[in-house]
Amino acid sequence: MVGTTAISSAEVSRRPGRRTLSALLIRWTFIGLSLGFLAAVLLAPLAAVFTTALSEGMAAYLRSFADTDTRAAIRLTLLTAAIVVPLNTIFGVCAAWAIAKFEFRGKAFLMTLIDLPFAVSPIISGLVYVLLFGAQGWFGLWLLEHNIEVIFALPGIILATLFVTFPYVARELIPLMEQLGNDEEEAAMTLGASGLMTFVRVTLPKIRWGLIYGVILCNARAMGEFGAVSVVSGHIRGLTTTMPLHIEILYNEYAFVGAFAVASLLTLLAVVTLIVKSLIEWQASRASGN
Amino acid sequence: MNGFRQPSVLPGFGLTLGFTTFFLSAIVLLPLAALILKTASMSWADFVDVVLSPRALASYRLSFGASLVAALINTVFGFIVAWTLVRYDFPGRKILDAMIDMPFALPTAVSGIALTAVFAQNGWIGQYLEPYGIKVAYTWLGVTVALTLIGLPFVVRSVQPSLLEVQRDLEDAAETLGATPFYIFRRIIFPTVLPALASGFTLAFARGIGEYGSVIFIAGNLPMKTEITPLLIVIKLEEFDYNGAAALGFVMLAMSFVMLLSINLVQAWARRQIVAARR
Repeated sequence: MVGTTAISSAEVSRRPGRRTLSALLIRWTFIGLSLGFLAAVLLAPLAAVFTTALSEGMAAYLRSFADTDTRAAIRLTLLTAAIVVPLNTIFGVCAAWAIAKFEFRGKAFLMTLIDLPFAVSPIISGLVYVLLFGAQGWFGLWLLEHNIEVIFALPGIILATLFVTFPYVARELIPLMEQLGNDEEEAAMTLGASGLMTFVRVTLPKIRWGLIYGVILCNARAMGEFGAVSVVSGHIRGLTTTMPLHIEILYNEYAFVGAFAVASLLTLLAVVTLIVKSLIEWQASRASGN
Repeated sequence: MNGFRQPSVLPGFGLTLGFTTFFLSAIVLLPLAALILKTASMSWADFVDVVLSPRALASYRLSFGASLVAALINTVFGFIVAWTLVRYDFPGRKILDAMIDMPFALPTAVSGIALTAVFAQNGWIGQYLEPYGIKVAYTWLGVTVALTLIGLPFVVRSVQPSLLEVQRDLEDAAETLGATPFYIFRRIIFPTVLPALASGFTLAFARGIGEYGSVIFIAGNLPMKTEITPLLIVIKLEEFDYNGAAALGFVMLAMSFVMLLSINLVQAWARRQIVAARR
């Protein structure tokens, strides 16, 4: 996605055109409608997160982070992301190398399969693991006999999060690496570099922005996933509740300041993600001599 | 590997493809196969009993209906927003452009509680709709609003690049020949962006059907009225009715495959349109 969605200001037409009344009218109607629509569905909810979180003052806002369950939720979210994001990054790099650097039969089909988690409802992503590892699932009895907890425990949360964030890194890297071609890697190989050295010294520098972008998107989704994790977590307070699940618990208890305080952290994460994305796109458009 | 892949001097094909297929099978394919197997182990009568129960049918109607209305709203406003961002320059345009991706980055639970706060009876927007008898939160309208937020970036990001493709000299020529703005839109702009609009619409629609987090807070979740299909699956699971959950999951999975297929068809059609237009 890097570079394709950014519209640089040079592309925005500054052509004089005829400043007729109707042209002006259309222009301001469009700007007005856009701003009105975005204000209602996008800006108002964002503002609501922070105003509700701070509605009882800064002290109450900060106090909500002193709660032990809230802290446990933050820790669990960080731990989950710390396990899931590296795994899916390794997968994404491997998949991109195999798919972008080689021509083989069934490639398009493999790419469709990698995209599958995007097409599936998050509830399905959680459900499939319950059917496998739940008490009445395929391996449920075996797991019980060996005293291994998957569902309603950390492994289930990690599996469900792996599922929903599965395509992110691969999806960013495959088009990028296909576009960059194989010439430089082939040159490095003929000059006697090893495969690993070729990847680290030749490929990695070229794809690093796309890789970073894929990783931060994967991270944002891993930390924010609600549906899939909700199905496998069991909502055991302070033990298996991630930040989004903790928001739900607090919200249903009418602890609005607490719920929106946790939500404000995740909103900040989303804002940082978008800022990094914009920086990367700016970098990419500058690198392409734009 | 004879005939399976073209020769290359680059190493690592076996290793990376092997790991890719292994990880893909372990994390995605086998679990999905378990869902299909679980459903297959049910008797036909039991399956039909679950997936065609009145409560399930009502949930499909809501999930489909609200997704459809939200995708239509997004097609109209997504076009207007994309047009504004591509064609006009105004203070804050770049920030607004970056913010379009917000629904992608924002956790769904956060958008859910935030939208509920805004559209509730005493919320910033809800309080102005209340006197007119329009209730958004805890009705199907609320579901639609949530799905509109979720689907917006799909349409805007599809349409933006296609608007850059519109040939401005054709518009100018049409204008000098006396065409009205509406005529220019209908004959020049609309045909160029139609494939992108169609593809954005399908993506937004598909996403809406599966959405859970942002909907359940604002929906009210009354059986037969404001209960979406994913929520019904969760309820079945909470009752430890694995068969019922698997059957409904299978229906949703089948819907996802149909949507995936239509997305591919729409995008293939869109590519052909663009190629044809360039000739």
